[in-house]
Parts: sequence; structure tokens; C-alpha cells
Amino acid sequence: MRDVAVIGFGMTQFGELWNKSIKDIFVEAALNAIENAGVDHIDSMYVGAMSSGLFVGQEHLAAVMADYLGMAPVPATRVESACASGGMSFRQAYLDVASGNSDIVLAGGVEKMNDGADVTAALATAADQEYEVYNGITFPGLYAMIANAHMNEYKTTREQLAAVAVKNHQNGFNNPNAQFRSKITVDTVLNSTLVADPLHLLDCSPVTDGGAAVILCPLDMAKKLTDTPVKIISSSQASDTISLYERESFTTLRSVTKAAEKAYKQANLQPADIDLAEVHDCFTISEIVVSEDLGFFDKGCGGSAVEEGKTAIEGGEIPINTSGGLKSKGHPVGATGIAQVIEIYEQLTGQAGKRQVKDAHIGLAQNMGGSGASCTINILEAL
Amino acid sequence: MISPRYVREVPQRYRLEASKCKSCGKINFPPRLVCPKCGKREFETIRLSDEGKILTYTIIRVGSDTFSKESPYAVAIIETKEGAKLMAMIADTALDDVSIGKKVKMVFRKIQDEGVSGLHCYGYKAIVV
Repeated sequence: MRDVAVIGFGMTQFGELWNKSIKDIFVEAALNAIENAGVDHIDSMYVGAMSSGLFVGQEHLAAVMADYLGMAPVPATRVESACASGGMSFRQAYLDVASGNSDIVLAGGVEKMNDGADVTAALATAADQEYEVYNGITFPGLYAMIANAHMNEYKTTREQLAAVAVKNHQNGFNNPNAQFRSKITVDTVLNSTLVADPLHLLDCSPVTDGGAAVILCPLDMAKKLTDTPVKIISSSQASDTISLYERESFTTLRSVTKAAEKAYKQANLQPADIDLAEVHDCFTISEIVVSEDLGFFDKGCGGSAVEEGKTAIEGGEIPINTSGGLKSKGHPVGATGIAQVIEIYEQLTGQAGKRQVKDAHIGLAQNMGGSGASCTINILEAL
Repeated sequence: MISPRYVREVPQRYRLEASKCKSCGKINFPPRLVCPKCGKREFETIRLSDEGKILTYTIIRVGSDTFSKESPYAVAIIETKEGAKLMAMIADTALDDVSIGKKVKMVFRKIQDEGVSGLHCYGYKAIVV
């Protein structure tokens, strides 16, 4: 396996992009990435997308995007793993380069969610259709069940859940691409409408249109193309039961713990060696659970950690979701995993502006699908 | 006309049929072709008890279009007497009475109307006892 680096990135504004089609969104992000990397061609491309069929009625998406990007006949492959589609797209691109099969590869992701579809029903296809969704559950509902279990088992409080949203909005305020650039308070969260008890509207990531792309190439080539190559030092993936109810625990996500074990082993690192992390905060409770399952905090202590500022950019032990996370930056499902990698890349190359974490050398991106049935973790290091 | 997709699940939805692995004893609901615990493929069909307890739950305030007229409603993860787990909507219970650890009884109910034809689809719900 060859060493692989990220050499450029591009993304669109995240938000309600009413005047842009799914093609416009992906092509804009991909062109930005190609220009940013300074390459004149790509050898293959991956497109992470959860459900373009349900959101806009378009499948065969990778071929559509290669065509509209003007890159046909390059090999183009769509990658789907629900909300982890973007992260899995990145991992497939990594493997494509690492294996020696391709040199310059575009890893992208896109979702166009605001085009009239029943978004709640479309997102729910990431859960078991016959035994979960049939009985009336929604995605906020699944994470609300995790939240109630965590609150019951570890005395996690409603205020601690809200503290995740407050922090991520604070970070997103300084991210020009974020959907919500508004600072909020714990009271704003607790006074917002209930979606699925105990989760309020401001505990939930929004419905978002957006695209993101990065360019990968062998590390040796990267050193000739850029002064600031970022090496991918670890890439892992794991799965779990599709249904939440079949799990032994509702407060630990096994796909995350298993992927983390593999990721730390490959990079020969401990959780304490990570300088910052982008984690999958589709709901406030998921950031708390994942921050524990990644080993940043003991089980049951993720809630108090965020409340005590341990995950803040200023003065935090391990800044989490410096981009604003899915919560504030937005969650165009298939693009999210790539956007997480972009935040890590910007931080490691000192391009994060007011969000910049001091002395950031190693960053981790964790992206998961459904209620945690799939997870991918990618760790990057500045050289 | 009843859809084949619906009919395939009738043993589970109407009778709570599960499969017990002949090798390791794990109860799978719904039945599977491969036991996820031991990898063996021989099972005995059993019916789950109608008695269980709530392991965790939520109250859905915003449902999908299919369930939007029912909101708010509670959905819970339930462990049956024999240790099998399933997800079910809570029926005939005040929302304030739903909490972790509460005992429930499984009942047969209409769950939803499918598609534009409005086909009645049935299954199990749970009542807090």
C-alpha cells in the first residue's frame, strides 16, 4: 500500500440552495477542489450520496456527475452508506490511490434535500423499513431513544445535550460556508419545539443542500505538487446491526468503537494524540456518545465534558466540530463526510481563520450512517 | 389486494413469530437465515410472549407523512419475557405514563395505511400495564 495525501479541497455554501440543481452543486464543489489542488486531470472519482433517488429522483449519479464535470470517460463510482456516504467515498478514494490503481482521485459527496421530497421518510430509509420505520420511528426518534437511555444510565442532562448545540453554533458562526451562522444559548435550545422527546429542534442537524470534494494522490506526488500535503495516516470502517433495538447497548455505538480501535492501531496513536476531531453530530446526543466511543472521555462523561468546555476551540482538551458540525454547518447527507475531512485539512494547513486550533498536527474525522450501523474514521496528519 | 411485501411479514406482525437458534439459543426477531451470534443456520420457530418491558423510548412529535396524523405518539424498544427485543408504537397509554422499565403487554392493532390505495396494514403495538 502506498502512502496517500490530500492536496486540495472545494465545497459549496451549505444551506437551502433553491436556484441550484444537484448537478450544479456537485460540479461547483468538484471544480473548486480540482482548482485548489492545481491538477489538470483526475484518474477516477467517487460520489458519496445517500438518496438522490428519493430526494430528486436521480440514480446512476456517479455517471451523471462525471459527465457534467466534463470528466467522462473517467471511472466514476457512487458510494452509499446512508449518512456515512461521504466518509466512505473518501475511504474508497484512499484505497484506490493506496492500492496503486489510480494516482489522482477526486472524493466527493453531494445531497440535494430541499427539492420537495418527504425528507423524514427519505432519511428513515437508513433504518430497517419493516421492523423500525413500519412502526412509526423517525431518525430524530432513534437518537432520542439513545438520548433517553444515556440520560437514564449516566445521568446525562438536557442542559448537557444543549451545550453541544451551543458550542457548535459558536464554531459555525465563524465558518463562512455554514448554514446557520447564529449564536444560540442553552435556553434557545430548550425553548425550541420538541421533535422527538427529549430532543428539541435545535438538537437536530438541519435539512441541507450542499456538495464537497477533495483531491487525493500518492504522498510522493503530493510533495511535488504542494508545500502543505496532508497525509492520511489511518482509514477504517466498521458495521453493526441495522436496527437499534437489536443492540446489546443503546449507549455505545459498536461500529464507532470497532472502527476507532482499527484506526488508532493503524496510525499507532492513542486518543490523547488527536489534536481535533470532526464527529457525526446529526443530533446533540450523538456527539456526546461518539466522543466517549472514540476514547476522548470515559463512558458516561461526554455530557459533562462538553458542558465544562473540554471540547471547545478555546481552552479545550480536544476541540470537537470546529466547523460547526452537522448541527450548525448543515448536513447535506452525502457531502457531510467529505466536509468533515475538509475542516480537518483546513485546520492542519492553518487555513481555518477564526476557527483555527493552535498547533493542530493530527485530526480525526468520524462519519456514521443511520443509528450507527456503519461508521468510517479517517485520521490525517500535517507534514 | 394485499401487497406481497406485507404478506411476507405477517407471521411476525400478527403472531410475533421469532426464530431461536438451535446452536446458541439466540432469539432473532425477525427470523434470519444466518444467526448473527454464532453463524449457524438451523432455527426453531417460536412465538414471543405478549409480556415485556420498556428499555428505552421516545415521543414522536414530528412523524413522516404516513404517521403525521397520529403525532404525538410514543415508540419504544421492548424486551419480551424471553429476552427478545423489538420496536413498537405504544397504544392506549397516556404519554406521561411511558418511561424506561415500565411493563407492557403486546396487542394486535392497525399500524398504518399503505400507499395511495390506503391498504390497512396491521401489526403489534404495546400498552403500558
